[in-house]
Amino acid sequence: MPEPLLEVKNLRVHFPTEDGIVKAVDGVSFAIQPGETLGVVGESGSGKSVSFLTVMGLINRKSAIVEGEVIFQGQDLLNVPKEELQAIRGNKIGMIFQDPMTSLHPFYKVGDQIAETILAHEDISKKEAGTRAVDMLRRVGIPRPDERARQYPHEFSGGMRQRAMIAMALSLNPDLLIADEPTTALDVTVQAQILDLIDRLQSEFNTAVALITHDLGVVAEHCDYIQVMYAGRLVEVGTADDIYYQPMMPYTWGLLKSIPLLTAQEERLQPIRGLPPSLIHVPEGCPFNPRCPYVFDRCRVETPQLLPVDGFHAAACHLSLEDRKRIVEQEVLERT
Amino acid sequence: MSTTETLATPPPAKPTVEPLVRLEGVKKYFPITRGIIFQRKVGAVHAVDGVDLEIFPGETLGLVGETGCGKSTLARVVMRLHSLTEGKLWFDGRDVSNIRGRNLRDLRRDMQMVFQDPYASLNPRKTVGSIIGAPFRLHGTIPKNKVKGEVQELMELVGLNPEHYNRYPHEFSGGQRQRIGVARSLALRPKLIVCDEPVSALDVSIQAQILNLLEDLQNEFHLTYLFIAHDLSVVKHVSDRVAVMYLGKIVETAERDSLYAQPRHPYTGALMSAVPVPDPKLAKAKRRIILEGDVPSPIDPPSGCRFHPRCPRTQSLAKEQGLTDEHGAPLRFVPKCHDEEPLLTDQGPGHTAACHFPIDTRIIPVDIDTEGPGASP
Amino acid sequence: MLRYIIRRLLWVVLVLVVIVAITYSIFFLLPGGGSDAIANRFAGKQPNPEIVAEVKQQFGLDKPIYVQFYIFTRNLFLGDQYGWPGLGKSFVLRAPLKQVLVERMWVTIQLAVGAAVVWLLVGIPIGILSALRPRSIWDRAAMTFALIGISMPVFFIGPLALYVFVYKWHILPGSGYSPIGEDGLWQWFNHFILPWCVLALLYAAFYARLSRANLLDVMGEDYMRTARAKGLNERQVIVKHGLRSSLTPLVTVFGLDLAGLLAGAVITETVFNLPGLGQYAVRSVFSLDLYAILDVTIIAAFFVTLANLVVDIVYAFLDPRVRYT
Repeated sequence: MPEPLLEVKNLRVHFPTEDGIVKAVDGVSFAIQPGETLGVVGESGSGKSVSFLTVMGLINRKSAIVEGEVIFQGQDLLNVPKEELQAIRGNKIGMIFQDPMTSLHPFYKVGDQIAETILAHEDISKKEAGTRAVDMLRRVGIPRPDERARQYPHEFSGGMRQRAMIAMALSLNPDLLIADEPTTALDVTVQAQILDLIDRLQSEFNTAVALITHDLGVVAEHCDYIQVMYAGRLVEVGTADDIYYQPMMPYTWGLLKSIPLLTAQEERLQPIRGLPPSLIHVPEGCPFNPRCPYVFDRCRVETPQLLPVDGFHAAACHLSLEDRKRIVEQEVLERT
Repeated sequence: MSTTETLATPPPAKPTVEPLVRLEGVKKYFPITRGIIFQRKVGAVHAVDGVDLEIFPGETLGLVGETGCGKSTLARVVMRLHSLTEGKLWFDGRDVSNIRGRNLRDLRRDMQMVFQDPYASLNPRKTVGSIIGAPFRLHGTIPKNKVKGEVQELMELVGLNPEHYNRYPHEFSGGQRQRIGVARSLALRPKLIVCDEPVSALDVSIQAQILNLLEDLQNEFHLTYLFIAHDLSVVKHVSDRVAVMYLGKIVETAERDSLYAQPRHPYTGALMSAVPVPDPKLAKAKRRIILEGDVPSPIDPPSGCRFHPRCPRTQSLAKEQGLTDEHGAPLRFVPKCHDEEPLLTDQGPGHTAACHFPIDTRIIPVDIDTEGPGASP
Repeated sequence: MLRYIIRRLLWVVLVLVVIVAITYSIFFLLPGGGSDAIANRFAGKQPNPEIVAEVKQQFGLDKPIYVQFYIFTRNLFLGDQYGWPGLGKSFVLRAPLKQVLVERMWVTIQLAVGAAVVWLLVGIPIGILSALRPRSIWDRAAMTFALIGISMPVFFIGPLALYVFVYKWHILPGSGYSPIGEDGLWQWFNHFILPWCVLALLYAAFYARLSRANLLDVMGEDYMRTARAKGLNERQVIVKHGLRSSLTPLVTVFGLDLAGLLAGAVITETVFNLPGLGQYAVRSVFSLDLYAILDVTIIAAFFVTLANLVVDIVYAFLDPRVRYT
């Protein structure tokens, strides 16, 4: 296996609060290879966003306890000096966020905001940075880019703003793009445009992408590898085919069974019972055990480790592999 | 192919019952004014621009479209939260287009709304009990001393613990808050409930719980739903019939199965194609239609068919026919789409679409082993 | 934009007319007001009907109220025999008011602008530093100061400051006004520094709290996260992205605060014996000097409405989302 672009080892991010310690990320390890797309799926509070904000150094270290390693191109980002981290952010790693309405500064022109990113990392003239900003806007498919560069964010539609954010994030040709729910706030039609754009630019720039989303459809269409997160932990990882055709973790099954499908005819959805756990009082043993229909004694005392199923595919579950394969055949895949 | 599909599962015979809600030529314009001392009208937002629609008792009508297509305005017009600029609105056989005052208040007992954001739509300073009980107090339908019992019954009905009567909204999760909203809307046993994106703010595992709850309540109380959503898969799951809206107009209506088996309007096709499919093989086999740009401004909507500037169908037709404008540049639309507004016409039983050149290709293949170019074994 | 400004200026005129009307009504409807009462008061120790009638005629009080109102308003906008704007004559001084008002306004302007400089230079930096280290010792100390500053009335802190700096330590000269042209810069400054600081204290405390709250809000904005994600250093993030949007709302508050003070800082002027507009306003009310009261009221209204307009225009330049048509 080649050297991974990003390797996260046993990452823990805990926030001490008055009510107790919020274990937002609790022992997560994964790697991203150059040029590949990793889908990170989970519900709100699963730790998917926090783990990547930590990678970017955007978690305030004063209010959080961060442990583990985040190795990016051989450097541990959790232990580099501030200046070096700033040199990597926006340059080697770009990031786009959920809400393009609020992610751009309302007082500055869109072109200037993109140029600012370039100027932060390269020693070129303002004018040159401006020209490159316009060029980036053109590459993300914004019509009349020179005119648009002189406009303010509020003159852009939601989809256009997200394009502008992408232009900004990719303006220095980063090796990794972190997309944190990039399309959640957008219409499906615009979502399709944006995801298509990310796909196209990814092959153009050969950028690795971490696509964080709650939408199982989005990851199925756009990701090579998928990791499912629950209560701050990874509960299943695998290729898209593994996760959709051979899922090996009851939480993944629950997710797959609870979403309405465009392609299937179902009379009734099968929701996951109960609520996601509080991150202050994560259940003992397997964090999913209070909601799991297949729970047995061991699940309540022992936390399952992420164990290989086959190849790259791994899942954290105490059920025997045979049982899980049988359940998948009988109960999960019958829908499609 | 499509006809055999629709015939294989014959749609229910056209209902002979009176519709619960009927809209005829309904328009809602919001004037744009200029001037500080003297206001003069300089234009209008054509939010709803001539809608004919019927909702039958006991059914769920799904209303889909992009942001800015007017679906929420239409819902508010149906609720009579907005007045009508033009057109007629009947509810339960009665013309309610212009009623006001006491009559309007009485009408509102029969229709309720469930909102999108369970965080913003509940008053944080009121207990859950008083939120759910508010409709009783406002309309005075039951004696005061019975309100609490009634509210607790409602809480039980929607799956909340009645003992939490005195808690405040912030003590509940998003899904539970949406249950509170549902309980409040049920209080007066309305005939119609308008659900405005009721699950789009919720996590996937919670969405299913709320959708199932709405379904159970419909069966129990014979409710009629107008269900607004931008998520076509959710709409497919809950609806009996679906209406697709674009820039203030209904562009397609059909029985659910007929619509999903064979969308006729290119806009419906594009919406359907844009929904991400949680199945890698199917996703590869799916026809990809990516619409360009955003919904145009409803202040000055495009001429002819309002969808023509973004329509992939008219673009490919113009290309096939090698149409050019007077300067010889290739046209991006067929002149008919630019000049003539298409009307809703029959496209099969219970299926209407407003398009000059309806599509007849499937968006999602039925069987990926035999269809679809990217299908893998 | 120009059309907008013109329209707004027309509004200013309308507001002024309404304010004159209201002041007139209050003056004539209140007990102790009315033409006869005033004329009586200024007709000497033993007024007889003839003198009263003469006084009434001299002061223009013999005409019906609406005619008086009309003449005053017309003079205000078109000028009177003493020039433009027509501010009328003082009953007490029996002299045109313009000269007096201009002198007093100049004193008030020096006081208000000086104090504004002090409170901006003190309040905003304290607020910013607090917001950058929330809940630190510095933050707690600064906010305690702010709380004390807000709760200290000028009529308490003013005499206290005079007692300490003037009578006890003798490091500053006493109260009163020392014009810069007559006694030189140093004397002028020495006489103003106490009133500036005393007047600025309340505002500085308020501005510290406001800028702290605004900056803390802005620090949580998504675009601040974007700015960090771009790889900007912390100074760029705070100065360019944070301060601009957190201080812009202060423009509104500042404009109105300054306008309010320009109309006269009554208590400060009284405590430090500064012959400003506020002091004059109080005097005029006690002496029933009708036109003086009207003029002072109009000046106040003018500053406030004008400040509103200026604030709106400046805001449109600072925040591109706000545009006027």
